[in-house]
Amino acid sequence: MAAALVPRKTYVSVFVSLMVLLALTVGVDLFDLGAWNTVISLAIAVAKAILVVLFFMHVRYSERLIWIAAVAGFFWLAILLALTMSDYGTRGSLPARTGWTLSATEVSPTSGG
Amino acid sequence: MADESSMVAHQFEGMRQQEESATLGMWVFLATEIMFFGGLILGYTVYRLKYAEAFAAGSHHLKMALGALNTAVLLTSSLTVALAVHAAHRGRRRALLTFLLLTVVLGLAFLGIKATEYYLEYAEGLIPGRGFSYAGPAPPAEVQLFFVFYFAMTGLHATHMIVGLAVMLVMAVLTWRGRFSGAYYSPVEVSGLYWHFVDIVWIFLFPLLYLIGHH
Amino acid sequence: MTTLVAEPYDEAVTSPAHLPRRHYLNAAFGVKSWLLTRDHKRIALLYLLSITFFFFIGGGAAVLFRLDLMTPEGDLVESETYNKLFTIHGVLMVFFFLIPSVPAVLGNFLVPLMIGAKDLAFPRINLASWYIFMIGGIFTTAAVVFGGVDTGWTFYAPYSSTYSNTNVILTAAGIFITGFSSILTGLNFIVTIHKMRAPGLTWMKLPLFVWSTYATALVMVLATPVLAIALALIGLERIWGVGIFDPKLGGDPVLFQHLFWFYSHPAVYIMILPGFGVISELVACFCRKAVFGYAFVAFSSMSIAVLGFLVWGHHMFIAGQSVYGGMIFSLLSFLVAVPSGVKVFNWTATLYRASVAWKTPMLYALGFIGLFTIGGLTGLFLATLAIDVHVHDTYFVVAHFHYIMVGGMVMAYLGGIHFWWPKISGRMYPEWLGKFSAFVIFIGFNLTFFPQFVLGYLGMPRRYHTYPPEFQVLNVMSSAGASILGLGYLLPLAYLIWSIKYGAIAGPNPWPATGLEWQTPSPPPSDNFEVTPVVTQRPYRYSPWEPQGG
Repeated sequence: MAAALVPRKTYVSVFVSLMVLLALTVGVDLFDLGAWNTVISLAIAVAKAILVVLFFMHVRYSERLIWIAAVAGFFWLAILLALTMSDYGTRGSLPARTGWTLSATEVSPTSGG
Repeated sequence: MADESSMVAHQFEGMRQQEESATLGMWVFLATEIMFFGGLILGYTVYRLKYAEAFAAGSHHLKMALGALNTAVLLTSSLTVALAVHAAHRGRRRALLTFLLLTVVLGLAFLGIKATEYYLEYAEGLIPGRGFSYAGPAPPAEVQLFFVFYFAMTGLHATHMIVGLAVMLVMAVLTWRGRFSGAYYSPVEVSGLYWHFVDIVWIFLFPLLYLIGHH
Repeated sequence: MTTLVAEPYDEAVTSPAHLPRRHYLNAAFGVKSWLLTRDHKRIALLYLLSITFFFFIGGGAAVLFRLDLMTPEGDLVESETYNKLFTIHGVLMVFFFLIPSVPAVLGNFLVPLMIGAKDLAFPRINLASWYIFMIGGIFTTAAVVFGGVDTGWTFYAPYSSTYSNTNVILTAAGIFITGFSSILTGLNFIVTIHKMRAPGLTWMKLPLFVWSTYATALVMVLATPVLAIALALIGLERIWGVGIFDPKLGGDPVLFQHLFWFYSHPAVYIMILPGFGVISELVACFCRKAVFGYAFVAFSSMSIAVLGFLVWGHHMFIAGQSVYGGMIFSLLSFLVAVPSGVKVFNWTATLYRASVAWKTPMLYALGFIGLFTIGGLTGLFLATLAIDVHVHDTYFVVAHFHYIMVGGMVMAYLGGIHFWWPKISGRMYPEWLGKFSAFVIFIGFNLTFFPQFVLGYLGMPRRYHTYPPEFQVLNVMSSAGASILGLGYLLPLAYLIWSIKYGAIAGPNPWPATGLEWQTPSPPPSDNFEVTPVVTQRPYRYSPWEPQGG
């Protein structure tokens, strides 16, 4: 099985990297970087998740089918988020040159439709 | 040590097919789990973008140090699970049992810390519903939404932790009874995959809930 | 080695004198042997019994509200009862009949047989999924017994989460639980089809039914959990009074619709993709030809499964979704027409110059192709933003999705049940009765639902208890059709039960068809095959000049 290929040393170095990344994300939070705080902390989370998936969960050493299964879940989550945001990201805006006039309250993005 | 062929269920042709099926089955299940949390993540994202300030205000009431400590505890438990699978593969029963029990201890520690946080939030009146009280500048209804998602997401995660603990305990008992060997340990491996997944969920929940804006 | 070349079609296939001595039905006796079985074939029969029960309850509700709609004032039941009737009709038919129909009955029975396996990869999980299904069914049935639920099967917030005084939580819990049964069934199929195929059975040699079941399983696994969360949030909001979807408390009701339709639109493909698989098998067998463009039909199932996830917003054009969001979803919705069209054209091309055997399953298959085409094309009307604004939530929509769900999936399901009945029971159904009832169902269906296209076009909204008197003629036609349809469904129920004891003995391959499931006795032995089959040829070798190898 896939576990056969991973030396114990690898696990330990992955663990150390995860802890360093945790320290980093907490450290970055101490500085006010505006929207970048979120971007950086999520990027670090992605890096941590990739380390766990590849090494602890042995995907790096597994057949291609497992790669596909591992990616599929995240891919479908991206579909859910992206297409829903195609709605929320454009709430209240209307195509130009329609000649419509709507008062501000009617197109307020917080009205929830 | 058990005879290898007796561990192969009747519908499979051999051990290899059985192991590959079990691993694939768990990965497919984890894809389902991603979408299960995904619904909550979507709701969270929509409201966080809509009520950015209220969400930051709510997040400041969480105990960031406890959250970070819990992340460290879970990452460590992932290491012990990985080492347990490693020990299982080598056929080291005593090491396997030790790592499984260590995992259980770390899992309990996580739940203990989480319960402490819940208690502190309860004491502050931050549980959504009739008793919810928030006296800051942000609109209370919007702050309450943050806490709805905080409790829903961490609560669902904690439920998964409890299931994971039960699974690890069963694995420990089966190890104790000598059920596994270097040739047959796929239940340990598959349970490990589940545990790592629950860890990954927390890896995302931590920045999403605790690290909004800056402290 | 098994050869997959079928004999030429012969009306006088002689009926063998007796059933095989040992088979899965007489391998063990007693209630316990059924309730604790791990045999995929027996679990399929457990599902068959359960969904038949739910089908007739859901159908009974439909008969009642169709009777009520005979008069413009709705004289038969109160408005509240009317709301509960259409809700329970939708809930039972969608979650407890259509979604498990072909996958959990025919899929469970056939997938291991078609791929030459002894069972599914996880027999215990398979049995567990039936129990989970039944627990969900008990919750939902209890909700009906304790007074019903009136939100419609869509559970739109904030009505469901705040205002409705009916058993929303009990019903939602039932559907939540049943969702896990669907997930586990899908998971089992995916692993089985990947890992348990007989030696030599490569993907390009799989029967098309297996391809479509695989595509369905993907949708089940990836979409169902989102519905579970949406319903759980409804429950949270109802119990704790927090405003997840309630605009009064800062929530957004449209978010519920996003979560709901992220599942429920792909669920439409859970309800139709397995039907495509059945139709491919039927058309090939009764045309005595390989399905035209095998690879295109196989991949169109996969692309429908994936594209089906990208179009859910077309249910929300007038729900407050942004105009740009609507445009994106409208555009993406048109894409689904491409693989669906591929299928219809390829079945039609298979019919071209075929010598068709007009057996009952083939009648259902032809009914499917026509009715699905009408349902699919009216779907394009609805995907068009500007038209949908006018016909949204009218009977046009009701007619459209019933042409897909009933005209499509129920036809495919009944066709499949008739086709594989000899394999399941070992006996033939009475052919003339089969043809007669297929005819009755086709007439009844069209009389019920075609007038609804007209009603919707004229502007009659769905889910209304009363309507203006000028709509009465079309409503009476629809109700008359519904009673014919109801009778049509009772016929197969009666004669299939009759045939279990009195039907002619079928023999292993009565049609005769290609496919591994026909290479083993009827009913099959518990382990399906005496020797693991080895596959060397493509499926559907109905004539010796079909291309070999693959």
